[in-house]
Amino acid sequence: MREINDRAVLQVKEKALAIRRHIVTMLSAAGSGHTGGSLSASDIVACLYFWEMNLDPANPDWENRDRFVLSKGHAAPVLYAALAERGFFPTEQLMTLRKLGSPLQGHPDMRKLAGVEASTGSLGQGISWAVGMALAGKIDKKPHRVYVMVGDGELEEGMVWEASMAAAHYKLDNLLLFVDHNGLQIDGKISEVLSPEPISDKFRAFGWHVIEVDGHHIPDIMEALNQARRVKGQPVVIVAATTKGKGCSFMEDRVEWHGTAPNREEMDKALAELV
Amino acid sequence: MKKQATREAYGKALLELGKQHQDIVVLDADLSKSTKTAEFARVFPERFINAGIAEQNMMGMSAGLAAAGKTVFASTFAVFAAGRAFEQIRNSIAYAALDVKICATHAGITVGEDGGSHQSVEDIALMRIIPGMRVVVPADGPSTGQLLEQLYHRKGPAYLRLGRLAVDQVYAEDNKLELDRGVELKIGTEATIVACGIMVDRAIQAWELLSREGISVSVVDMHTIKPLDQELLIKKAKETGAILTVEEHSIIGGLGSAVCEIVSEYYPVPVLRMGIKDQFGQSGRPEELLQHYGLGVEDIVQKVRNLLEIK
Ligand SMILES: Cc1ncc(C[n+]2csc(CCOP(=O)(O)OP(=O)(O)O)c2C)c(N)n1
Ligand SMILES: [Mg+2]
Repeated sequence: MREINDRAVLQVKEKALAIRRHIVTMLSAAGSGHTGGSLSASDIVACLYFWEMNLDPANPDWENRDRFVLSKGHAAPVLYAALAERGFFPTEQLMTLRKLGSPLQGHPDMRKLAGVEASTGSLGQGISWAVGMALAGKIDKKPHRVYVMVGDGELEEGMVWEASMAAAHYKLDNLLLFVDHNGLQIDGKISEVLSPEPISDKFRAFGWHVIEVDGHHIPDIMEALNQARRVKGQPVVIVAATTKGKGCSFMEDRVEWHGTAPNREEMDKALAELV
Repeated sequence: MKKQATREAYGKALLELGKQHQDIVVLDADLSKSTKTAEFARVFPERFINAGIAEQNMMGMSAGLAAAGKTVFASTFAVFAAGRAFEQIRNSIAYAALDVKICATHAGITVGEDGGSHQSVEDIALMRIIPGMRVVVPADGPSTGQLLEQLYHRKGPAYLRLGRLAVDQVYAEDNKLELDRGVELKIGTEATIVACGIMVDRAIQAWELLSREGISVSVVDMHTIKPLDQELLIKKAKETGAILTVEEHSIIGGLGSAVCEIVSEYYPVPVLRMGIKDQFGQSGRPEELLQHYGLGVEDIVQKVRNLLEIK
């Protein structure tokens, strides 16, 4: 259990802000990429990397480290920003995002960048990967935990539910899933394209312990993470209500910011808000 | 001449076909803006089905719709169509010989910045090996429109491979391209370049450079990879005695392999294959990636020189 206090909350808030600023800046430099879903995940990812997870940036392969799998791999910028802020590599390297030869691929590549736990980008596959990692933890009786994040559109992949069935069947209480519930996918609202609702009820029916939080309220996310640690014998899912593009008013809840990078002007406008 | 991506031409042609034929139903998997089925969806919402991010289910539903008499066009990125949903395509669509046209966009490395996870360099091989599956790789916008129209009239499963990158026009709008028939775009004597997709335009550029050097080569657009135009291929093997294949796909299993299979059986001549050399792609700008993976115009010229040395 981690302590929730003002100092910790403030520190995570500052990191979440730094992460958002990096996201906007690196995407603008890259000229392409996924802005909305990176920003919606920023507060959760900041909680994980700056409060929750046991990590050693100097020793990224430390065997007892906690693992985070970004199943919604298109949000790679949020992962890269967190890794850089946490000291896995220099923040200047963020500016090589999506460029030829860069370890910062358009979607996370574990063979190219230390700290990336899984090569993702094909939706639905990261959650199965995380189930595999959690199974390995059980087999080896290791103390570490496995965290994984899926998008709410990603829930439409059948594979997510195959993985969910397996996680509950094998009682993976060392596995924690975040659903970044921002309500949007590419072609529109999830409720209009192909609704995965009711999300929490589905997971409950699949044998998971469900916690619902505001995915931008840091103390609540922390509280949910502590609550999750107390659950035994079943996997936990935190369904986090989020806003796509969170933090930049002109991007918030706008489907066109899914796969668009800000130009210079838009970047300046965004950075002016992210203070 | 204006540049156009084959996916753009697909979106336009699909809309026109939809106006003419009421039996057409279009499916997509949350990528309709990228695959360009969005325009069809806007005009014919009652004949458009968004499967959501569920490619396997999309192919299964396509089979059911086709079995019920619909002519189905199903689109997503090539890596999720041929890759993710391979077995649904094989068992539900092809095994039952159903009328589903899988129109996959974002094929090859010219996807660009999204990187290796999204760059399909295996899809021609995967689709070509399925019994009864027609495989078509158009070179430009006008030929995409022409071939799509003919695909509609040809019953049975087909895979249409489309690109993200805007490319120069090779054909006129009123071209008379025929499905299953390769096109001799340039006639020369010393070797034949057999290309498909966006590499056709590059093969023509290489032909120009070679002509200036006094090297005479033929250029064939082999837009239909299956069934392959054996007659034309054997004729070119006889006439020129050497073949270079060029494709934006792995050198394993694609156009190069298809050509070798026929040439080695019926009229063996030296064949060199250009393509992605058994590796994954990565992030980068499309042009930059083509250079990086050895698919530049200069690379084709050099490969022809090598071919003539071993001929
Ligand atoms: C298997 C697969 N199909 C399609 C895509 C293309 N794609 C990338 S992001 C995306 C939408 C994702 O929506 P969601 O999961 O809600 O993500 P978020 O809103 O958090 O960005 C799609 C369809 C993909 N990456 N993988
Ligand atoms: Mg979403």
